[in-house]
Amino acid sequence: MQQRSPTGGGGLQSPRSPSSQPPFLSVSVTDPAKMGNGVQAYISYKVITKTNFPDYQGPEKIVIRRYTDFVWLRDCLFKKYKGIFIPPLPEKSTVEKFRFSAEFIEMRRQALDSFVNRIALHHELQHSEDLRTFLQADEQTMERARSQDTGIFKKKPSDFMQIFWDVQSKVSDVVLGKEKPVEETNPEYEKLKRYIFELEDHLAEAQKHAYRLVKRHRELGQSLGDFGKAIKLLGACEGDALGTAFSELGAKSEMLSVKLQREAHHLLMNFEEPLKDYVRAVQSIKGTIGERANAFRQQCELAETIKLKEIDLNKLRLTRSERMLDAEHEYEELKADGEEASRRFETIVRLMNEEIVRFQDQKTQDMGLAFHEFAKGQARLANGIADAWRSLIPKLDALSSS
Amino acid sequence: MMGSESQGFEEAQLYASREEMESLVLDDDDIKNNNNDNSSSSRFNGGANGDGGQHHHPLSSSLPFAEIPTTDDDDPLLSSPSPHKSPNAFNSFLEPPSYADAVFRSFDGDHGKQINGHGAVSTSSPSSSSDYLKISVTDPQKDQDLKNSLVPGGNTFVTYLITTWTNLPEFNGTEFSVRRRFKDVVTLSDRLSDSYRGFFIPLRPDKSVVEGQVMQKQEFVEQRRMALEKYLRKLAAHPVIRRSEELRVFLQVQGKLPLVKTTDVASRMLDGAVKLPKQLFGESVVSAAVDPNDVSQPAKGGRDLLRIFKELRQSVTNDWGETKPAVVEEDKEFLEKKKKLQDFEQELSNVSQQAETLVKAQQDIGETLGQLGLAFVKLTKFESEEAMFNSQKVRAADMKNVATSAVKASRLYRELNAQTVRHLDKLHEYLGVMLAVNNAYADRSNALLTVQTLLSELSNLNSRIEKLEAAASKIFGGDRSRVRKIEELKETMKVTDEAKNCAVREYERIKENNKSELDRLDKERHDDFFGMLKGFVVNQAGYAEKMASVWETVANETSGYAKSL
Repeated sequence: MQQRSPTGGGGLQSPRSPSSQPPFLSVSVTDPAKMGNGVQAYISYKVITKTNFPDYQGPEKIVIRRYTDFVWLRDCLFKKYKGIFIPPLPEKSTVEKFRFSAEFIEMRRQALDSFVNRIALHHELQHSEDLRTFLQADEQTMERARSQDTGIFKKKPSDFMQIFWDVQSKVSDVVLGKEKPVEETNPEYEKLKRYIFELEDHLAEAQKHAYRLVKRHRELGQSLGDFGKAIKLLGACEGDALGTAFSELGAKSEMLSVKLQREAHHLLMNFEEPLKDYVRAVQSIKGTIGERANAFRQQCELAETIKLKEIDLNKLRLTRSERMLDAEHEYEELKADGEEASRRFETIVRLMNEEIVRFQDQKTQDMGLAFHEFAKGQARLANGIADAWRSLIPKLDALSSS
Repeated sequence: MMGSESQGFEEAQLYASREEMESLVLDDDDIKNNNNDNSSSSRFNGGANGDGGQHHHPLSSSLPFAEIPTTDDDDPLLSSPSPHKSPNAFNSFLEPPSYADAVFRSFDGDHGKQINGHGAVSTSSPSSSSDYLKISVTDPQKDQDLKNSLVPGGNTFVTYLITTWTNLPEFNGTEFSVRRRFKDVVTLSDRLSDSYRGFFIPLRPDKSVVEGQVMQKQEFVEQRRMALEKYLRKLAAHPVIRRSEELRVFLQVQGKLPLVKTTDVASRMLDGAVKLPKQLFGESVVSAAVDPNDVSQPAKGGRDLLRIFKELRQSVTNDWGETKPAVVEEDKEFLEKKKKLQDFEQELSNVSQQAETLVKAQQDIGETLGQLGLAFVKLTKFESEEAMFNSQKVRAADMKNVATSAVKASRLYRELNAQTVRHLDKLHEYLGVMLAVNNAYADRSNALLTVQTLLSELSNLNSRIEKLEAAASKIFGGDRSRVRKIEELKETMKVTDEAKNCAVREYERIKENNKSELDRLDKERHDDFFGMLKGFVVNQAGYAEKMASVWETVANETSGYAKSL
């Protein structure tokens, strides 16, 4: 259960007037529980909110939510807060068997907790109405909200991006008979896009090896344990001092096997998962990039349309047609739309610029912590191993001379 | 404290053979240059650190990362292959002592004899003080057997240069070489088996070494060379066999190996085996009796057909007959010991298997750490080159730290594993010893069988004599033919009795050899396994300490992130 101190202030909760304190919103996702049976089974989580926000109920509220509720929240935010990097969600599980393993559930819980916390700490997202619904609404309301919006949001945000943009494939759509979509020609933005794409590849590779490393720890633990058992048996049939020596070694091996399994778990939760989270965050950014491309395209299309309309209007003016008034009316509407589209696009650009800074800072923190945990865990494991074996040396000496 | 070595020293000592590792040149200068060039980033406040990060490490404090020299692609004919080429590395190679050994020598004191893989053979026998007999096998060369080849270029074989250094008196000289082929080794091995029944004679390498994969000729020759060297060194380590004439001749006598191969039927015939046809017929005449000299040899295929048949008949009688044979294995202590060793062998085999799995797991984790490190190295480079913000540079620096440490740890695992293999190889070795022990037990039971067979013959002869005498006494005036027959039988009995006495002596001798060898085995097993255990443990502890120190540095340098929680 991760409790992060809010950006604004301390964690003190005073039952007296909330307005005397800086505003805070603190959330945690805990207590996963299996619900339902068979194919319908799913995991539900307790979401605990502690806050002094004025439009929230009470200092503390607990609701029960499931994975699809989180997805709903993410999709709402993605739709309404274009330009902001929406925090990533853990993936749906593709392997049935794995879905209810304790490890998977814990990994998912941790990721969901991260997700909600990041939203709660984001200076804009934390004011979202959908967030409030998510954190406060009773289950019926939640279910209603969820089923209303499923139609539009079946696609993942990154899917939109896929349709409208290909940075990597230079196969010209013109060749294929399609018009190439209009793109920004901002060199710095180009650089950013390229960076994001390449970053995903690099991170994915690192994460892959991190996951393998977890597995290797488990395998080493397993083999060390088996080795210990076998050598204990050897000691049993040997007897005497040598037999005792074998037994001692075997016992130590088994003990270290346990340490290795423990470290494997720590590595998974505190190093591999943060890396995975990083990958997801980058993918989420790709979604935002897609939204920006959309907004830009809309702006351009509208600008085109407005130009054409203007030409049309001028023609009508000249001929003093009776359609002129309607045309002027449409023209004004279009101009308003055009301004709106421009505004939207510019908002996205502005937000993205802020977000990228925040993102880089955040990731340095996240990765720094992950590295620290990684190194700490490895050091702890290595020290444990060294101590265990070292303690055996005097015993071996004593036994060998007896 | 282990962590106090100078960084450069450590880098220089670690050796790598993976291609990616070889191409790894991570230099501080790369990062530094990027910093200086990147003037476009407005957030970068000069200085390698950027604006006060909570962690103090500037980019320049990252450890220098020297370019890793590649190991030369060795000529497989001449030297040991690089480790970890094949999954069977477990039981096939000895590595030169690495840096790690030097550090651990203070722990490893009495373990010194096992460390050196090149040249030296341990002076293992308790009695010898400064005797030495060192053997090396090198320089495989093709040769041709010109005499027997019908086809030009046919009948090629490989010879090996066998060099010996010794101060044992029976060798005339302290350093000498001969060339031998594998067939010679087979001969040596067979002769030793004949002469040293009851001893735990090391097993010679297999005739065909096919490890389940198609092997190049060069690889095969190299494997054989190593196997031969190992074999000869084991012979030289055996307190009795190292003094044998057979070994001496093998090591010293130039030219064709003068050891006679186990004689076959043809040779025996040439030796005056007029006996042979009569043996086949089995009608006993004096000449059909077993030659006393032969009983000190086991019955061999190709000759002694009759003897083999008789002994086989005897063993069936032993197993299925109603009367117990006159002499049986009674030595309780021996039987107990035998059972105990059987159990030991079984458990040992199990441990050996688990040890292989353990070694594989150690290898894997080292590899994955290395790959993880490399992935982070690439990421680091990427982030530094593409950096638009200072936070990226900071992250790149942290990452580089982790990356280099992961690569270091990976190499430590590799070294650790090489040592682990060496130590746990003892297990594998003793499985071979157990085979030799079983051979020695077989010698013993074969000798016993010979005794039993001869005793049966004797009693058989005796009853025939008695029958004849009874029959002859009934005839008035004597029965010339019968009397002659009785005389013949009595002669045969005398010879057979002599043979039996020989056989009994041989059996007792073998029993003695078994006993002394078992005592030796106990002592050596005790020493060897304690050495193995201690070596293994010291090894694990030492490398774990080194790894701990590597990671502690990183943990300290990133501790700022933890505090911010």
